Amino acid sequence: MAQATSSPPDIIDEQAPARRSYNSDAAGLGRLRAGMFVAPALLLIAAFLVFPALWVLYLGLTNYRLTGIAAAEPQFVGPANFLDAVSNPVFWDSTWLTVQFVLGSAVIGQVGLGFTIAWLLRDRRGPLKRLVEGLVILAWILPSAVVSFLWVALLDRDGGTLNALLGLPGFAWLLDHPMLSIIIFNTWRGTAFSMMLYGAALGNVPPSHLESARLAGASGWQQLRDVVFPHIRGHILTNLLLISLWTFNDFTPFLITAGGPDGRSEILAVHVYKVALQSGELGYGAAVSTVILLINLVVAVFYLRLLRSKK
Amino acid sequence: MALRKVAAVLAAAGIGLTACGQSSGGGGDTIELTIAQNAIAGGKNAAAADFVANWVIPQFEAAQKAKGKDVKVKFVPSGVDDEQYKTKLSLDLKSGKGADVIDIDGIWAGEFAEAGYIKPLADLVGAEADSWDGWAQIPESVQGLATYNGKKYALPIGTDGRVLYFNKTLFQKAGLPADWQPKSWQEILDAGTKLKSAGVPVPIQVNAGTAMGEATSMQGVLPLLAGAGGEVQKDGKWTGASQPLKDALGFYQKIYGGGLGDPKLQQEAKGRDKSFQQFAAGKIGILMEGDYFWRGVINPKDGVAPMADRDQTVGYALIPAIEPGKGIRGQDFVSMSGGALRTINPNSKHPKEAFELLTFTLSPEALKEETKDGNVRITPRTDVNKEILAGEPLLTYISDKVLPLTAFRPPVAVYPQVSVALQEATAAVVGGTAPDQAATAYQKKLEGLVGGAGNIIAP
Repeated sequence: MAQATSSPPDIIDEQAPARRSYNSDAAGLGRLRAGMFVAPALLLIAAFLVFPALWVLYLGLTNYRLTGIAAAEPQFVGPANFLDAVSNPVFWDSTWLTVQFVLGSAVIGQVGLGFTIAWLLRDRRGPLKRLVEGLVILAWILPSAVVSFLWVALLDRDGGTLNALLGLPGFAWLLDHPMLSIIIFNTWRGTAFSMMLYGAALGNVPPSHLESARLAGASGWQQLRDVVFPHIRGHILTNLLLISLWTFNDFTPFLITAGGPDGRSEILAVHVYKVALQSGELGYGAAVSTVILLINLVVAVFYLRLLRSKK
Repeated sequence: MALRKVAAVLAAAGIGLTACGQSSGGGGDTIELTIAQNAIAGGKNAAAADFVANWVIPQFEAAQKAKGKDVKVKFVPSGVDDEQYKTKLSLDLKSGKGADVIDIDGIWAGEFAEAGYIKPLADLVGAEADSWDGWAQIPESVQGLATYNGKKYALPIGTDGRVLYFNKTLFQKAGLPADWQPKSWQEILDAGTKLKSAGVPVPIQVNAGTAMGEATSMQGVLPLLAGAGGEVQKDGKWTGASQPLKDALGFYQKIYGGGLGDPKLQQEAKGRDKSFQQFAAGKIGILMEGDYFWRGVINPKDGVAPMADRDQTVGYALIPAIEPGKGIRGQDFVSMSGGALRTINPNSKHPKEAFELLTFTLSPEALKEETKDGNVRITPRTDVNKEILAGEPLLTYISDKVLPLTAFRPPVAVYPQVSVALQEATAAVVGGTAPDQAATAYQKKLEGLVGGAGNIIAP
């Protein structure tokens, strides 16, 4: 028994050096070939992602402007723009508004509503399902600029469709509730993606598991919590990551409220546009962009770790 | 230069705008020129767009052909807010692109010149820039709009002035005279109160806030500041949280905090356009605006909010000082004037031909053609004005009564940033902040813009 277990390793040991040598050469060649295949992609990433990011970081350390003498001869100002940003109440207001926007329209809105619709429609067939899917997907396939103008017309206080339907003449959605307006808009616009993703994911939950849970007396919520969610955890986290980052960087609300009134819907993407291009402070805008990039990286790393844990 | 170009491309790519400039290429013997304005057929400044497309281009091409030159001109329209137009132009010019002949607002001249986006005309086309015969017809003050550090960077397209417009029908309803001319701010407020009692939805509307950009400064805070005896900049020093500024902001508070104006109209992204529509619809009693409002907005022919009965219904009055004699230079009445410029893109491959096109658009023939059929405006040329303003009461009024007492914005590069700070101060007051507090916040921001408290006049 002991010999039987020790013999195979001896044989392996005798052959091992030659195989290692062969494997080493092959691995080297393989790595070289792999490197050649990957090199163009790496070059593109370096050219279009890494270099611009570093360049934006550098611009954030200058007083570079869109016009004026600082457009022609920008000066290195060190971390002044970053310090200005973190001491600027508008930046923190924008950050807080962005958090509201992401939580409201991405997490609760698109992901939550998308899952709910997918769950409610999971076993349905026929015209109702097609109608709901059609309506939701329509919002997703229309260009942002088009749907933005549609929503401005819909929510307008004078002659807006929604006020006409609800009998609320003069109700100023965009002025009195600008954040709520853009949260509803973004939820409406992006729910289709989540709905389709969860629809596909729910199709992969073995019906037998749900059936077993039902037979064991599990309530609907318990079935969701103990059977469905663990099964589609990866889908949920990936979707959360993508939707959150998209929403975090979304500029479309600018087309609806222009960040107003009085900055009450000035999320970070709009804040950057306003300071960099409307006010022409490109250096400061680059500094804020860098901060946004860092926040995105932190969020992405957090989600990815969550995704890998307990996998 | 390399830094500017790379950064411009990155800025445009990173924030979603493309520097969609037009290069002035040309194949064979054909010279291709482009001319850009913030004007578009069927939209903003439609008359100007139509004029360039239908008269300037064919006439100029024909004139060049008669001289043996094959020149093709293309019009590059825009129909956007002035701030967006400025951003697009800046990115075009920064990237070494843009149309050959471009229109810019007069107050951008300083910052564009400092950035190297525009150059003195003489540097681009030589001595003929200074010897253009049209200069003799342009008053010194109007030439000053196009001059920076003693050099001519552009040709002025014209000038303008601000007045108080009022709806005579609503005034009659409120028992106010058709020849109304307030002599103090209190008289404006009194008229507003009467209009309100008569059921006018919006008695007074004075531009405020950041949503309408420079319109707030020119048709709002700057005339009020002048009316309170203040200037945004005087003898190189800037006005901070001074009494005139507090007075001006206090006037906003009386209007918007007192139910005489519609604060929401000032906060909307398209608030100015809406106020135009509402004035045309007879819902606004008094509106402070420039002559563009008369020419381009309520013009019965092709305004964006046409009033068929404009000439009978709309009255106009000088903007009074806070009290008689308390305006700048001790004046009873005040106004602000600006003006647009037309210049040559330093990136043009054909600067001499571009200059010919530029001067062609400001020839007496072109200006007379442009301003006929009710499209009258105050041109830069006195010889043309004499002829075209004769049958135009409002513009004659502005030319005769307003321009002699008007004021201009400081032609310095930092002014646009100061202007934004002023707009923010008005936005704060309309939003409920006390005038003194808004003035203090303005001064704090001003210190950062103009290089410290040492450059600000002590309150």
